[in-house]
Amino acid sequence: MSRDPLALVRAHPGPAFEFSFDGEPVPALPGQSIAAALWASGRLSWRRTRHTGRPRGAFCGIGVCFDCLVVSDGQPNVRACLARAVPGGTVATQEGTGYAQIQ
Amino acid sequence: MPRSSEPAATGVVVDLVVIGAGPAGLAAVNTAADLGLSCALLDAAALPGGQFYRQPATGLRAARPQALHHGWRVFAAHTARLEAHRAAGRVRQFAGHHVWSVSGGVGAWESHALGGADGTGGPGGGQAATVRARAVLCATGAHERQLPFPGWTLPGVVGAGGAQAMLKAGLVLPGRWVVVAGSGPLLLAVAGSLAEAGARVPVLVEAADYAGYARRPGTLGRNPGKLVEGAAQAARLLRHRVAVRTRSAVIAAHGTDRVEAVTVARVDRDWRPVPGTGRRVACDALAVGHGLLPQLELALELGCAVRALPDGSPALIVDAEQRTSVEGLWAAGESTGLGGAELALIEGELAAHSIAAALRRPVPVGADGRLRALGRRRERLREFADLMAERHRPGVGWADWLSPDTEICRCEEVTAGAVKEAVEELGAGDQRTVKLLTRAGMGWCQGRMCGSAVARLAGGNDPAGTRPLSCPVPMGVLAADDATDEQ
Ligand SMILES: Cc1cc2nc3c(=O)[nH]c(=O)nc-3n(C[C@H](O)[C@H](O)[C@H](O)COP(=O)(O)OP(=O)(O)OC[C@H]3O[C@@H](n4cnc5c(N)ncnc54)[C@H](O)[C@@H]3O)c2cc1C
Ligand code: FES
Repeated sequence: MSRDPLALVRAHPGPAFEFSFDGEPVPALPGQSIAAALWASGRLSWRRTRHTGRPRGAFCGIGVCFDCLVVSDGQPNVRACLARAVPGGTVATQEGTGYAQIQ
Repeated sequence: MPRSSEPAATGVVVDLVVIGAGPAGLAAVNTAADLGLSCALLDAAALPGGQFYRQPATGLRAARPQALHHGWRVFAAHTARLEAHRAAGRVRQFAGHHVWSVSGGVGAWESHALGGADGTGGPGGGQAATVRARAVLCATGAHERQLPFPGWTLPGVVGAGGAQAMLKAGLVLPGRWVVVAGSGPLLLAVAGSLAEAGARVPVLVEAADYAGYARRPGTLGRNPGKLVEGAAQAARLLRHRVAVRTRSAVIAAHGTDRVEAVTVARVDRDWRPVPGTGRRVACDALAVGHGLLPQLELALELGCAVRALPDGSPALIVDAEQRTSVEGLWAAGESTGLGGAELALIEGELAAHSIAAALRRPVPVGADGRLRALGRRRERLREFADLMAERHRPGVGWADWLSPDTEICRCEEVTAGAVKEAVEELGAGDQRTVKLLTRAGMGWCQGRMCGSAVARLAGGNDPAGTRPLSCPVPMGVLAADDATDEQ
């Protein structure tokens, strides 16, 4: 019974691609959100809170909680559960408001 | 394609704009187009379906998406109809468009939408759009209600519906060993799907019980479909060896950087933990939710009246034809009260007929009989929905789960201690005052996650989330909108 979600719906996605997350390569399947790809790679957190620096990741999964914010290609406050992963994209853990990370 | 210097789609004028492409919005737009109305369908998501029929992303090429769904045939029929209406030019579809404001009045509405996720563009998104219409249907659905407990901000603690949404759209799981907890029938669906997709679900923890349903044999008798559905879900849980524990709650999640275990305790009728009953259950994720709250920003901004449902949540008041209290504005689906996909489909169809009549379209022969039958089914399902809401209404004892340092507001990191001080020492008697004193609810999510808890700690019901904008809007878009208004 070693089912996984892809087998369950008989998904035949195109080839996986990579984006970088905090400098490490993360694989993603075509169509997956950044959050979905991070979950698939076993990562559950990609934000640190403004006041106490606690780790956070996706919570509501539908774009209403804003807990899943990342810095994506230099833009802070991007909801990882809504934004599509793209080949070669650069995603970083968002520290606080994320603005200190804009180069 | 829009011409370069013009805001996209400003020229689009239709009879009806439908906001939300869940079951309610799809049924409405297809029926309205059948009845000869020109329509626009706006939805924040890239693909139609809403929460219930959330589809796997196209790129994942799922050959059997129905394995994660019930009633997929109904949905497939709706998407085929939508496609035909689109091809014939009767429906303009704006996928990936979040409506941040609706303005105007009866007969002349303007819906202002933003394209793409947080300005990152994406399929169907990336462009702002304004659509003018003679009538508006609000079919914006719901989001989850959360009640905090120590450790609920740990990574790996996710919304129950959220886990379901991520699974259906991205074909991923938050962990391999997932406890499902909270209250309400959605948990049965979530535990079943997670288990089917390969997660081990050691236990489903429900704060209420299912026995209460049996005390309303009349309501159950009038909804045999719901009994069959419940039995099928129970069988699925049995098959996957998911233990179901009622009158129990997860009162704490443990771990440092991610959840490693939860404490499950028995609760009394008021959801107060029974001392000495706490047991640790190991897991690498917790999917938790305490029911759903209608998403009402746009309708409230336009002044629609609301009522409190039996579980304390606010929903739009609609009449027998799904008309809200604001003329020219209709609502269908979960925004009028939580009731499931079947009810949402019925309400969408009824609303479309009412709108067509209001816009003086001829009534098709034989429509009366169908409308009467739909009306009766709606009453029966509404009756069941009320029973459901009443059975799973959060008990006041949930507040005993909190410790002073439990965060209530995830965005602003406001603790239970701070909220308690605002209520008990500074005399705050409602959510708004607590917000002003503590900043709970002032962050990114604008109180969508903490509002329920804060309002309840202040002695009230779920608040009707009044927010001037329904999503973050770049200043440039607001400025451009102002400039157009002044012309
Ligand atoms: C996260 C989640 C998961 C759920 N999963 C299940 C499940 O697995 N099984 C089940 O039986 N029930 C589930 N439900 C319950 C579900 O809400 C209903 O059964 C059903 O989907 C309601 O249909 P609807 O058309 O009223 O709303 P929805 O299906 O919620 O559709 C509303 C649509 O409106 C769109 N929308 C909202 N606001 C705006 C806006 N301002 N601008 C543009 N678009 C907007 C949304 O993107 C969404 O597509 C879930 C609910 C939630 C919140
Ligand atoms: S997970 Fe809630 S907004 Fe992304």
